[in-house]
Amino acid sequence: MKRVYPDKEYCIGCHLCELACITAHSKSKDLIIAFREERLKDGLDSCKKVFEKGDTCVAISCRHCDEPSCVAACISGGLHKDPETGRTVYDRNKCVGCWSCLMACPYGAIKRHPTESKIIKCDLCEGREEGPACVQACPNGALKFEERD
Amino acid sequence: MKYVIIGNGIASIGAIEGIRKVDAENEILVIGAEDSPAYGRPLISYLLAGKIGPERLALRPQEFYEKSNVSLKLGTRVIAIDTKKKIVATDKGETLEYENLLIATGGIPFTPPIPGSDGADVYNFTNLAHAQTLISKAKEIKRAVVIGGGLIGLKAGESLFDRGVEVTILELSPRILSLAFDENAASLAGTRLEEVGLHVRCGVSAKEIQRDAEGSLKGVHLTDGDFLQCDVVVIAIGVVPNYDLAKKSGIGVDRGIKVDDHMRTTAEGVFAAGDVAQARDLLFREDRVIPIWTNAYNQGFCAGKNMAGRDITFTGSLAMNSISFYGLPTISVGTVNPPEDDDAYEVAAFLDEKKRSYRKLVFHNDHLVGYVLVGDIDMAGMYTAFVKFQMPVPEDAKKQILAGEPDVLMWPDDFFKDTWNPGVVEPD
Repeated sequence: MKRVYPDKEYCIGCHLCELACITAHSKSKDLIIAFREERLKDGLDSCKKVFEKGDTCVAISCRHCDEPSCVAACISGGLHKDPETGRTVYDRNKCVGCWSCLMACPYGAIKRHPTESKIIKCDLCEGREEGPACVQACPNGALKFEERD
Repeated sequence: MKYVIIGNGIASIGAIEGIRKVDAENEILVIGAEDSPAYGRPLISYLLAGKIGPERLALRPQEFYEKSNVSLKLGTRVIAIDTKKKIVATDKGETLEYENLLIATGGIPFTPPIPGSDGADVYNFTNLAHAQTLISKAKEIKRAVVIGGGLIGLKAGESLFDRGVEVTILELSPRILSLAFDENAASLAGTRLEEVGLHVRCGVSAKEIQRDAEGSLKGVHLTDGDFLQCDVVVIAIGVVPNYDLAKKSGIGVDRGIKVDDHMRTTAEGVFAAGDVAQARDLLFREDRVIPIWTNAYNQGFCAGKNMAGRDITFTGSLAMNSISFYGLPTISVGTVNPPEDDDAYEVAAFLDEKKRSYRKLVFHNDHLVGYVLVGDIDMAGMYTAFVKFQMPVPEDAKKQILAGEPDVLMWPDDFFKDTWNPGVVEPD
C-alpha cells in the first residue's frame, strides 16, 4: 500500500504539512478559517507532529503499520485494520477516549483531541483526490506518498 | 474443523485476525460461554456509568465475522478437550474435531472467603451480565461498597457513583492501585475520586457481610471494627486464570496455562493466549501471567499466525494500563515499582500536585524500562518506544527524556530510517 514516508534529510521544519493537514480535515477547507476559527472553536488539530533538534527536523504521523499496536490496545473496537486497503482505520463513534492507543503506539502518532474524548490520527486524507495534503504541501519533498513494500 | 477457538474475548479476536493474515480460506469456529458477541470488557464500566449504550459494546461488526468466515457458537461451554483424538466436547452434548485449538478462556474473578458473601446482591464486575444487573439495581439502591481498590474496583465504584449511588471503596493495602501505579500516582487518582464524592478507605477490608434473617444484604463489617450500611457489594480483588478446563484435559499448567514462545501449550496442536496464559515477559525474560488487554490481543494474534502454519516468535508481554478518573488520565507501562535495593535501577520522578501532573521514569542501567504519567500523558507513546524497542538511552538523550521531551530524533539512525523511511535511496 501507499504510505507517507518522512525524510529528515529534507525536512526544513516549516510546519506547512500541519497547516495543510488541518485545512484538509476542516469543515471549511479554508486555511485561514481552519486555523483562526475551527482550530480554536472545534479543537481542530493536525495529525502530524514536527520534531526538531538543532537543524534536524522531521514530520511524523500514523505509519499505518502492518500490525499496529494501537489496534491491539483499543478496548472499544474504534481502531481496526482494513484488510483490503491496509489502512489503520479510526471510527470516532466507537472511541471512548481511554487513551490506550496513545500509550501503545511506540511511534507517538496519536494525539488527544484538545476538547473531546477522542483521538486525532492520520487517515491518509481518505477520499481526497490529490492524496495526502501534507505530502502535497511539503515544499522540499521531505514527505513522499509511495508504495514501497 | 481447521481452527477452533475456545473463548470469545479480545485474545480470540487477535487470533482470528492472526489466522486471516496467513490463511484466508479455512473456516474458524469460535465457542463462547457468554451469549453476547465479543465485547470490550473494560467497556462495561462505561456502560454502567451510562457513557455508552449497549449498541457500542461489540468489538467488531457482524460483517467482520462473515467476511472472516468465522462461525460463532455462543452461550456454549467446552467441558472437555481430548488432546489425543483432537476433539472438544460442549455442554450442549456436541463433540467437535479440531486441527488447531486455541484456549482463550480468560480470567475468572478471584473471590476471597468473606462470611456472608454467598447470597444476593454480591457481584463481581467482570462481565456484561453483572453490569446489566447493576444498571437495573442502581435505580433502587442507595449505597454500595466496593472491595478492592485496583483498576476494576475503582472503575466499578466510579460507574456506580455516576448512577447516583453512594460508593465506598475498600483497599486492604496502604494505597489504591498498588499493582500498576506508585504512591504519587495513586494519591492523585484517589484525591480526584474523593473530590468528586467517592469514599476511598485504605488499609482496611471487609471482615463480614451482614445479612438479615431473610438473607437480605445489610452492610459490611470492616476489619477496623467499623460497619458500613449498603445495598450491594462489589468484589473486585482481581482475576485468576480460568485454566481448569485445560488442567483437567492434561494440558500443562503452572500459574496459568504454560505456553512456549510460539504460544503452544504442552499438547500438540493446542495453543493458549490471553489472561489464561503464562507467556514470556518482554522485560523480565520469564514466563508470567499478565492479564492485560494488549497482551491478550498480541498473544492471540501470534497464536493465530502459528496455528495457520507460520513460524512466529512472541515478542513478549509488556504490562501497560491507561485509565482515567473523572478526566484525570493515568498511564503506566513496564516496570514502575522497581526493587528498592537494586542499584541497577534509577528512578526519576516529577510531581506537580497543583497541576495534577506526575511523571515517573524508571531506568535499568542505560535503558528505560517503565514509566508512569498522570495528567500530562501526551508523550506516552514516545516513552513506550524506548521501553518496547529496548533502545539504550545515551546521556544527552536522557536529559531530554527526563525533561519530558522524548522524540523520534533520539532514536539510533539506522532504526529511525528502517522505521520511518525504509527503502529510500540516499543521495551521494
